[in-house]
Amino acid sequence: MTSLAASLRDPSYLRGSAPWRAAGYLAGGVLVGAPLLVTFVTLGVAGAVLSLVLVGLPLLALLALAGVPVGALERRRLRPVTGQAAPSPHRTPADPGATAWLRLRLGEQATWRELAYAALLALVLWPLDLLVLACTVGLAGVVAAAPLQLASAGHDTRVVKLWLIDSYGQAALCTVAGLALLAVLLYPLGAYAAARGALARLLLAPRETEEEARLAEVTRSRARLVAAFEAERRRIERDLHDGAQQRLVALTMSLGLARLDAPATGPLAERIAAAHDEAGQVLVELRELIHGIHPQVLADYGLAAALDDAADRSAVPVDTRIDLPRLPGPVESAAYFAVCEALANTAKHSGATRARLTARHERGRLVIDVRDDGGGGADPARGSGLTGLADRLAVLDGTLTIISPAGGPTALSLEIPCPAL
Amino acid sequence: MSSALRVVLAEDAVLLREGLVGLLARFGHAVVAAVGDADALRAAVAEHTPDLVLTDVRMPPGFQDEGLRAALALRADRPGLPVLVLSQYVQRSYAAELLDTGDGTGVGYLLKDRVGQVEQFVEAVERVASGGTVVDPEVVRQLLRRRRDPLERLTPREREVLALVAEGRSNGAIARDLVVSEAAVGKHIGNILGKLDLPPADDADTHRRVLAVLAYLRA
Repeated sequence: MTSLAASLRDPSYLRGSAPWRAAGYLAGGVLVGAPLLVTFVTLGVAGAVLSLVLVGLPLLALLALAGVPVGALERRRLRPVTGQAAPSPHRTPADPGATAWLRLRLGEQATWRELAYAALLALVLWPLDLLVLACTVGLAGVVAAAPLQLASAGHDTRVVKLWLIDSYGQAALCTVAGLALLAVLLYPLGAYAAARGALARLLLAPRETEEEARLAEVTRSRARLVAAFEAERRRIERDLHDGAQQRLVALTMSLGLARLDAPATGPLAERIAAAHDEAGQVLVELRELIHGIHPQVLADYGLAAALDDAADRSAVPVDTRIDLPRLPGPVESAAYFAVCEALANTAKHSGATRARLTARHERGRLVIDVRDDGGGGADPARGSGLTGLADRLAVLDGTLTIISPAGGPTALSLEIPCPAL
Repeated sequence: MSSALRVVLAEDAVLLREGLVGLLARFGHAVVAAVGDADALRAAVAEHTPDLVLTDVRMPPGFQDEGLRAALALRADRPGLPVLVLSQYVQRSYAAELLDTGDGTGVGYLLKDRVGQVEQFVEAVERVASGGTVVDPEVVRQLLRRRRDPLERLTPREREVLALVAEGRSNGAIARDLVVSEAAVGKHIGNILGKLDLPPADDADTHRRVLAVLAYLRA
């Protein structure tokens, strides 16, 4: 929907829906404003009287918040005027519950702007809306309705209490004049509605600082989400380590002892031996699984040792040059998983015979490069692995750069700003 | 079998702790104290002066590497105290730090899986108690997957021999494993020590062997 201000400049303004949207907006203003005035007066008087016995104080507090629903309604009503409903300037409470909501709202500048708007609407704007409607659509309508007026009055009548008419010819002329008047007056009507909408928008839409605050909030919540994932990984790792892994070790020990007690040959010995070997295999797999979920070496010895280990495990031989201090936990973790993914990609897709991993911390930044001599052509857009990594690094204000022309080689570079610990 | 050992055991998982006590008892060794955290381990060692400390890496209260830290502290206080660490981690940082204590003798780093190979496990316990060095074959295997300086200079056969040395095998055992003569093994070891720039043979041979293992782990 085009905004009213734009439609006004359009030659086809009168033929479009814009004039009716303007009139509708003002009529709506009256319908909201008049009951609002009644509500304000009632709540105000009741609150003031009852505050003598203290029960009125909540009513007065309620009055302070009256702007919030009014603001919400008025922002929606802006749609026919400005082309779209204004977004809410309010933030979402971090905690559930009415208390958190109340504390947040009372602390927001937007709440008080909305209250000011509500007061303005109840006392000034809706009467003004009504007046403008009366002087434009109302006046033209009355003039145009002269034939009806004449029919109901009998032989003569005064149109708008001014001009005396006594024939249907004159009345028809009045209708024509009324329609012409309407065409002219719809312009100031539209202009007023547009100005009125701009005022509402000014008071009710988010200010730039509020947009920034919201962006900061989104960034913070994303970081919290990543931290929560990280904590969950650690919890799963701990549960597996303390639970299944220990029990399985105890089981293999029991089976080992059973093997000693059982006769050296025969079906029983074979069965026990098979079970023992199987349990041993499961233990190896479980250890690898746990390591993949969260490598304890990362927590105990830091990123340098963990990267060295990742290079040890890589299917493609990796030369390393790692010179790192201990870094903040989230940085170490994100960088470690990024390198693991990069090395896994090298092994799986590149056809490389050698890779090189360098990691250093300089001028407050962790810088890691992974290069291989493979076929290149890695495209972050195709696999979600690399995109996920970039997202994860972005939470820490880090960047991931991949240069991988078809024909190779592939160079992946990541940087995260962080202090050394 | 060697004479009965007096062992202090630290392991927080009760099931495993009880199992290890039973296992060692079966082979004639006495667990004089079985504890569940690092502080209790230190206290138990001070009280009992055992022949060997057997400890888990990860223990309360932090469930990080408290057990290993305690083992390192014990080795720093009493360099001759044999310590065998049980771990779930293949990563060499743990083993390397442990072997760096004292002169690297009388220490061992085994994955918990090894407990299931009952006889080999008890053998490793006895070897560490008598001043040997034991590194889990899996940890060694992990190291071998990557060629590093100065190990780059070793031939594949020499690396194979070094891996077995790191596991604490004697020359005779290595010769049997590789189906070569003991003299050939001795020659390989001589070459390894030479290539790793280790001091000439006026020191005790075990000491140089340990240094070779350390070079291997640190590389």
